[in-house]
Amino acid sequence: MKLALGPLLYYWPRRRILDFYGEAATAPIDIVYLGETVCSRRHELRLPDWLEIGERLAASGKQVVISSQTLIESESDLKTLRRIVEQSRFKVEANDIAAVRLLSGSEGWVAGPSLNVFNEHTLAMLVELGARRFVAPPEMSGDALSALLTAYGRPLDCEVFAYGRLPLAFSARCFTARHFNLQKDDCAFRCIEFEDGLPLDTREGRPFLTINGIQTQSASIHNLLGDLPALSGSRVGVLRISPQAHHTAAIAALFDDAISGRRDAREAFEACRPLMAGEACNGFWHGRAGIEGAVA
Amino acid sequence: MAIELVCPAGSLPALKSAVDHGADCVYVGFKDATNARNFSGLNFDDRAMAEGISHAHRRGAKVLLALNTYPRSDNWTRWTAAVDKAAELGVDAVILADPGLMRYAVRSHPQLRLHLSVQGSATSHEAINFYHEHFGIRRAVLPRVLSLAQVERVIAATPVEIELFGFGGLCVMVEGRCALSAYATGESPNCNGACSPGKYVRWQQTDGGMEARVNGILIDRFADHEHAGYPTLCKGRFAVGGETYYAIEEPTSLNTLELLPQIARMGVAAIKIEGRQRSPAYVAQVTRVWRQAIDRANRDPLDFRPEAAWQRELAKVSEGRSQTLGAYHRPWK
Repeated sequence: MKLALGPLLYYWPRRRILDFYGEAATAPIDIVYLGETVCSRRHELRLPDWLEIGERLAASGKQVVISSQTLIESESDLKTLRRIVEQSRFKVEANDIAAVRLLSGSEGWVAGPSLNVFNEHTLAMLVELGARRFVAPPEMSGDALSALLTAYGRPLDCEVFAYGRLPLAFSARCFTARHFNLQKDDCAFRCIEFEDGLPLDTREGRPFLTINGIQTQSASIHNLLGDLPALSGSRVGVLRISPQAHHTAAIAALFDDAISGRRDAREAFEACRPLMAGEACNGFWHGRAGIEGAVA
Repeated sequence: MAIELVCPAGSLPALKSAVDHGADCVYVGFKDATNARNFSGLNFDDRAMAEGISHAHRRGAKVLLALNTYPRSDNWTRWTAAVDKAAELGVDAVILADPGLMRYAVRSHPQLRLHLSVQGSATSHEAINFYHEHFGIRRAVLPRVLSLAQVERVIAATPVEIELFGFGGLCVMVEGRCALSAYATGESPNCNGACSPGKYVRWQQTDGGMEARVNGILIDRFADHEHAGYPTLCKGRFAVGGETYYAIEEPTSLNTLELLPQIARMGVAAIKIEGRQRSPAYVAQVTRVWRQAIDRANRDPLDFRPEAAWQRELAKVSEGRSQTLGAYHRPWK
């Protein structure tokens, strides 16, 4: 089982991003997804910067994938997408059907988590078009995924979102800008102030969601560390860890310990708790409400 | 080309109401998770569907069947059976989101007209043309995220007809990419055809006001003088940075009536009215107004002004009793 570092979903200052991937180079991670998947207005890093980070990670033995933006609205979004597809140095993760169209016929791209691949017929079609790995939709249960992979019946690299705040929704509207009574076109890039997103609580103070620009995430941290024994016996080949502001490398090390059997999975999960910036949840994997936690 | 008016029908009476008040098309669903309005008491069994189709066809209206959720490997055959049934019943088009299911439809029923559902999350001509090349889709319903200028550019770059949401409940999130309901309840628009489903909703009068919860999560609390709207997850009041407000969206309805001349000039093929969960009376009222407006805009596009009486009629039935132009109007974003 391999470990992947998912694309950075937050907007951090340039220096911080460079330091983060400097650290990732030495973390026990096999695959690193790079690039801006949330908002086209974010500009601390441009594609050439991401490619440069990619080169450094590749030199440290990481497999690098460039992730495409999830919501495509404008011609300029399409232009960025074309530039990503046209670079031939790294594989690309398609997070929208527009990306799938542009990647069709090229070999080895990744079908990203927002493509809604729920059955073997859709999966087969993407593989025909050149996909060689697919990331299950986060809302998909382990049982449904297992049924999909059994029905598909051929070997395929399958990746699961295993750690982090769940990316739950995308909108044309920026909720961070809305919080500051700003319009998206004039947002002052306020999301850069929130290294782990902006917490949204219910009126009785229960953490519920996390605002990250146009993306809405869970407040709880989806964590499948405790599910590792079952996952190891499944056909899932890659576990995705979504970057958070602190301890990401340490969390990857705990996953690595549990995968290699150096540490019991439950024990690794308990060791992970103090590193988590929120409650743990894993309901999606068990076919329940995603917010539910500690379902074994 | 005249704009088609596409109206919702969650029941046979609503279908008749839409057709009799001037809908060019009605869209409907079966009584299960194969469509994105899988609510108890709604939708059509085989007999009602057959009667609805015959009623619509007698009056020259088309019936579009929504099979716009995502089948999983363990329930795939329920969706293919629904496609087969749609072809057998003689619907005028099926509205699909899943590429696997589109491929099945093309191979099994090559004569069946395919529309791309809003649940397909296609927001660019590149995405829409993908479905056109592979499955020959004839029409795409756009998610409620593009500005009018962006819609216009999509239309210019695709041979596929474009259908726009014109009125009704407003999804703030890109349709097909929202798992808020799955996160809170385990039931999602994508897989179960449900958002914030009623069976998880609890109302409770407390000292602090009327509380609305979804699966135990407090979505809003209403004072006596406030209108207590349905607790759709994205339309509650939440606390962000010490401030309690509608952090995602107000309970508001989309109403694009004033944009109709622009929409007509752009070459939009159809306007969709949201609301299969609403009553036949709602459908009648909204269909009547939009029929008049579209006829007027088709006849006299340069001089079109929405009548105050129409807007008053529509305001009466709006969710949360307020209205917005949504993403079509850029500052909303």
